[in-house]
This record gives sequence, structure tokens and C-alpha cells, in this order.
Amino acid sequence: MLTYIAIIFSAILVNNIVFAQFLGICPFIGVSKNIDSAFGMSMAVAFVMAMATAVTWLLQHYVLEPFGIVYLQTIAFILVIAILVQMLEIIMKKSAPGLYVALGVYLPLITTNCAVLGTAIIAANKNFDFLYSIVYAVSTALGFGLAIVLFAAIRSQLELADVPRSMRGVPIALIVAGILAMAFMGFSGIKIA
Amino acid sequence: MKSLKVIIDGIFRRNPTFVLVLGLCPTLGTTSSAITGMSMGLATLIVLMCSNFTVSALKSIIPDKVRIPAFILLIASFVTIVQMIMQAWLPALNESLGIFIPLIVVNCILLGRAEAFASKNNPWLSVCDGLGIGLGFTLALTIIGSVREILGTGAVFGIQLYSADFGALLFVLAPGAFIVLGLLIAVFNRLKEGR
Repeated sequence: MLTYIAIIFSAILVNNIVFAQFLGICPFIGVSKNIDSAFGMSMAVAFVMAMATAVTWLLQHYVLEPFGIVYLQTIAFILVIAILVQMLEIIMKKSAPGLYVALGVYLPLITTNCAVLGTAIIAANKNFDFLYSIVYAVSTALGFGLAIVLFAAIRSQLELADVPRSMRGVPIALIVAGILAMAFMGFSGIKIA
Repeated sequence: MKSLKVIIDGIFRRNPTFVLVLGLCPTLGTTSSAITGMSMGLATLIVLMCSNFTVSALKSIIPDKVRIPAFILLIASFVTIVQMIMQAWLPALNESLGIFIPLIVVNCILLGRAEAFASKNNPWLSVCDGLGIGLGFTLALTIIGSVREILGTGAVFGIQLYSADFGALLFVLAPGAFIVLGLLIAVFNRLKEGR
């Protein structure tokens, strides 16, 4: 039990996917202009990340490794993620049209979100067991959600600030992200179990 | 003549990092030193030239509806080739770049150039575009890596400029990546306005 608590804390705070591992920066900068869309994006990512990690884990341990074709990992994983996102889109359109409209634009973008592929590769290569991988994926996604929602809140305040002209937009956003990353470094001393 | 213009445009006017602000994950993740940044840029350059060429050569065969998955699959194949070459001949570098090598697949620069340039132009111009954009990316990563390494450890490309005791370790760690990139984009914007 304690190992699971440790992995959850580690993935959300200590090894935050955005601030410590530099994955998923594109949506982090691109979709963080307001809190609602940031929240929608993080929900969609969480769902795809958990599903993708589960499917790719099975693929890695029951297909790629027994047949000795681990070198096809990158191609196989990206295909799985692309299919999964497409399927999710079709299913949600039929069964949950409200959610589909809310996530609409963000769904297809997730295929090229490196956080999803990155998490799947890390979980497959580190020999986590199945349940451990799922917990890892969900908590990583929560860490992504926390980062992007926090950042969106700061950015909406930043709109009102008087920033020098050449610093407006992405540069000031990156510097704010740097300061946030510094704050997250404070968690790195915490050790659980 | 036109091909030269495409290359120069890729390096400066359409610089993927400072102007288009694409592919930020490897830009931040692999620039803790100048040499790793440059290697990452070169690996991306090779994949980009190959993928631009094949996408352009196959553009009349690939049906319009499935072009995005087809492009991703082509890119993934070249990434796998680069990954295997690096595992065989450059294991130390492969180790230090780690997960960012397979993640070239989801670098938005590659899909972006395939969709915006290679699927509309002939193979030769597409290779030139790949070379220009790839060089622009390599240049950007090398600059960011150098700045971070000099500020953080006082050395660059193995040359010690001043004692490492005076380096601010922060710039080698995660926050430094964000701050240096933010400041460099601001400098680039300033230069553009000045002209």
C-alpha cells in the first residue's frame, strides 16, 4: 500500500511530468490561456494516458517481448495511441455528446502529446507490474492536470500585468513556468517509505 | 537559388524554436549541456530530412483522409532507425538523451513540416526545408545548451571558462531551462522589432 502512496506523491509533486521531466510542454503552453480549457485538456489527457498505458503494457509484455521485437516499440506504441484517441472520439460522440463537445478540440491533439507516449514508454521499460503502471499513469496525469490548471490561473492574472513588449506572450509564460518549477523543486527532499 | 532561400528561411525567419515555438519538450529536456543539445538537434535533423523526402515523394499515393496517421508512421520508422543506429554506435549519448530519442515521433516540428511543406512541394525542396529547419533547431538547442552550461558550470564544450564554484547550479536544473528559453525568445523578439 505504502509503495502506491509513494508513487502517487512522487508522480504528482516530486517528479512532476511538466516541471521535472519536461514532457507535455506544448499543450502546457498552448492550452493554458483559461482555466476551463486547461481543466478539459487535463481530463482528456488523464483518460487517454491511463488507457494507453494499460494497452501498451499488455502489448509490450505479451507481444513485443515474447516475439523479440522490442525494437518496434516506438512504432507500435504510437499506433496504439493514435487508434485509441480515434476510438475514444467515436465512442464519446455516440455515448457522451456533452463531454465530447466540451473536449472537442483537445481530443485529436492528444495523439501528439509527448506526455502520453513518454509515460507509456517509461512504464513499459521500467518493468512495473500492471497495477503499478496504471497507478503511475493516473498519478502522472494528475500531476499534469495540477501543473496546467495552476499555470492557467497564473496566466489569466498575467494578462493584466504590464509586461515589456518583447516579453509578452510565450517568453513571460516560460519564465513564470521556471519560477513554478523552482517551487516544485521544494518537494524533492520529501521521502516516503 | 530557391532551395538556398528555403534553407536560410528555415534557420532564421522560420526558426522552429525562437519563431514558431514548436518542439519545446526536447528543447527544454536535452539542453542541460551544449553537446547533448546539439546531438538532439542533429538526430532530429536527420529524421526531418528523411521524413520530408518520403512524405513529399509519396504525397500522390497517400489518400487524403489517412494522411496524418500515414505521416506519423513514416516518421516513427525513421525514428526507430536513428534509435537503433545510436544504440549500436553511440550508447553513451543514447543513454544521456534517453526517452527523448523515441519521443522525436511526437515532436510537432516533424508533423508540422510534413503537413505544411512536404505535402505541397517537390522532394528536393522538401529536403532543403528539412535541412534548414533542422539546422535552425540544432542552432537553437546549441545556443540554449551553451548558455545554460556556461551559467551553470562555467564550461562549454569541455572548455572551462571560469571556476565551476561560481556557477549557478539552478541553470542546469529544470527551472533554468524554462527561464533561459524565455529570455532567449524575448531577445529574439527584441532583435526582430529593432530591424
